Amino acid sequence: MLLQRFLIRLLTMAITLLGVAVVVFVVIRVAPGDPVAMMLPPGATDADIARLRALYGLDKTIVQQFFIWLSGVIRGDFGTSISLRQDVLGLVFNRLPATLELAIVALLMALAIGGTTAILGARERGTAVEAGIEIASGAALSIPDFLWGLVLILLFGVLVPVFDISGRVSPQLDLPFVTQFYLFESIVRLRFDLTKDLLGHMLMPAVALALPLAAIISQLLKQSLKEVLDLDYVVLARVKGFSETQVILREALKNAALPTLTLVGVQFTFLIGGTVIVERLFSYEGLGNMAIDAVINRDLPLIQGIVLVFALLFVLINLTVDMMYALLNPRLRHG
Amino acid sequence: MDEGRISRHGSGARLWLAGGWLLLASLAAIFAPLIAPQNPLAQDLMFERLPPFWMSGAEPGFWLGTDSLGRDLLSRLIFGARIALIVAFAAALAACLIGSTLGLIAGYFGGWADRIISRIVDVWMAFPPVLFAILLVAVLGTGLSSVIIAIAVIDWTRFCRVIRAETMGQARMDYVENARIAGYGRIGIMLREVLPNVVPSIVALLSLEMGIAVIVEAILSFVNLSISTDDPTWGGIIAEGRLSIHQAWWVLVFPLVTLILTVLSFSQFGEGLKARFDPVLR
Repeated sequence: MLLQRFLIRLLTMAITLLGVAVVVFVVIRVAPGDPVAMMLPPGATDADIARLRALYGLDKTIVQQFFIWLSGVIRGDFGTSISLRQDVLGLVFNRLPATLELAIVALLMALAIGGTTAILGARERGTAVEAGIEIASGAALSIPDFLWGLVLILLFGVLVPVFDISGRVSPQLDLPFVTQFYLFESIVRLRFDLTKDLLGHMLMPAVALALPLAAIISQLLKQSLKEVLDLDYVVLARVKGFSETQVILREALKNAALPTLTLVGVQFTFLIGGTVIVERLFSYEGLGNMAIDAVINRDLPLIQGIVLVFALLFVLINLTVDMMYALLNPRLRHG
Repeated sequence: MDEGRISRHGSGARLWLAGGWLLLASLAAIFAPLIAPQNPLAQDLMFERLPPFWMSGAEPGFWLGTDSLGRDLLSRLIFGARIALIVAFAAALAACLIGSTLGLIAGYFGGWADRIISRIVDVWMAFPPVLFAILLVAVLGTGLSSVIIAIAVIDWTRFCRVIRAETMGQARMDYVENARIAGYGRIGIMLREVLPNVVPSIVALLSLEMGIAVIVEAILSFVNLSISTDDPTWGGIIAEGRLSIHQAWWVLVFPLVTLILTVLSFSQFGEGLKARFDPVLR
């Protein structure tokens, strides 16, 4: 049952990725403006342009180009960036860790903020505390990450300049890292001075990304908690003399968390999508920031590579959540 | 009972507040040439980075101050409302039309139609939306129609997903079966019986989408990929404000507050309308 479900998901995942590849390829190829002509100095001859077009395979038909590119991708060759003249896969892997670290820190923040306010709201249900949480989460949800980023820049970058609002790490620091997972590596190497600097740079963009998701988690988890809190087994626990907080943490949370989990998966992909503009806003050197540069420079191979990596990330997250749901949900587990 | 009455009361106030702000913004957009105190494009290096009216150093006639080229901020915000609202209405309507139609078809007919439409939605959901928008505008070339097309092409899935699910729910109801027994055709039932029941959701989504369209336009302007650089846009002003944030905070604060109020108003207005028209909630 589980295996079958997994295989079907794997197949639809492959179809989705193929669809993304086709769409992005078609969109990019109808673009007016010749990226090759832009690379050469103004005095370049037609022969020069033709040679370079042949080098990047741009002289073939769109269908041919697509299959050449696709067969390369399957072999792990995403081509060469036109503007940076480096291997696309190398460039993407160089930037992806920065984006992943930012997204994961933001997700953990959203879970912490959303979870805490949901539990607090469920415990204080019907009071002014719950109403306050409701209003705050409504506002956090309606304002998108881009605007939260700007608000945070104004508040903590200008008004009370306590946090860094630009870059990933202070440029004067000596970095001993061998991987691009700076935050992770700084913790492993016990270089907490660097961890502090990295987190200081990450905090503002992460909060901007986390707030809308925290609001959704808070609202949904609170709703499920309130429903579960009326069930017999929870009432029984209360009769046994457990405090309301204990009842929520020990009995209710386990069963109320499942609907929230499914939602967090989809919402996490939205959060990662948000890194594109939030990284730009905070000059954070991640994949999204590079993607915008790639579009502006009409760097076709690089755009294709980045979009495909984002799409792969999204379908993998959805797959993981789907499998976790199947494993955790007793009805599906034994069905 | 009580809870319902309170929330309905609250929704009324929300509806009026949000509607009021949106009306104000619309009036500002329509009558921009009449009410803007200055020419929004006029540069005056004698008047660069003037602060708003309550601070020392302010000049009369420049209520919210000026940017680094000496252009009047209030006038730029008023003219920026034009592009923001045109994009909001046109893009949201286009996305709504595409998404609701496909959602109705997928939800009502099911089968292959549903499978194909749902697969396309899956593909669309695998794109980071902001990157997709930037890519589309870069491909189509900057300009008002490109921005509108880009937003509609990306955001139709929001309508499609919700309307599909709602239509599936409605299609199972007794009244649909009764209409079929009464001899109505499938398309007739879909348009005459099912569609009116999903309209409250469409209206709420439409209003929400207008807010999202305003934000996407601002993001595109922020990365300098929206309309021509001459026309003032809220996102364009924000991009300038981000650069001169330490010298002239007001260039960022005022467009930001305008954007936040507009986005909040669109979402609250949609919620309020839904609460008012939804027969179940009412």
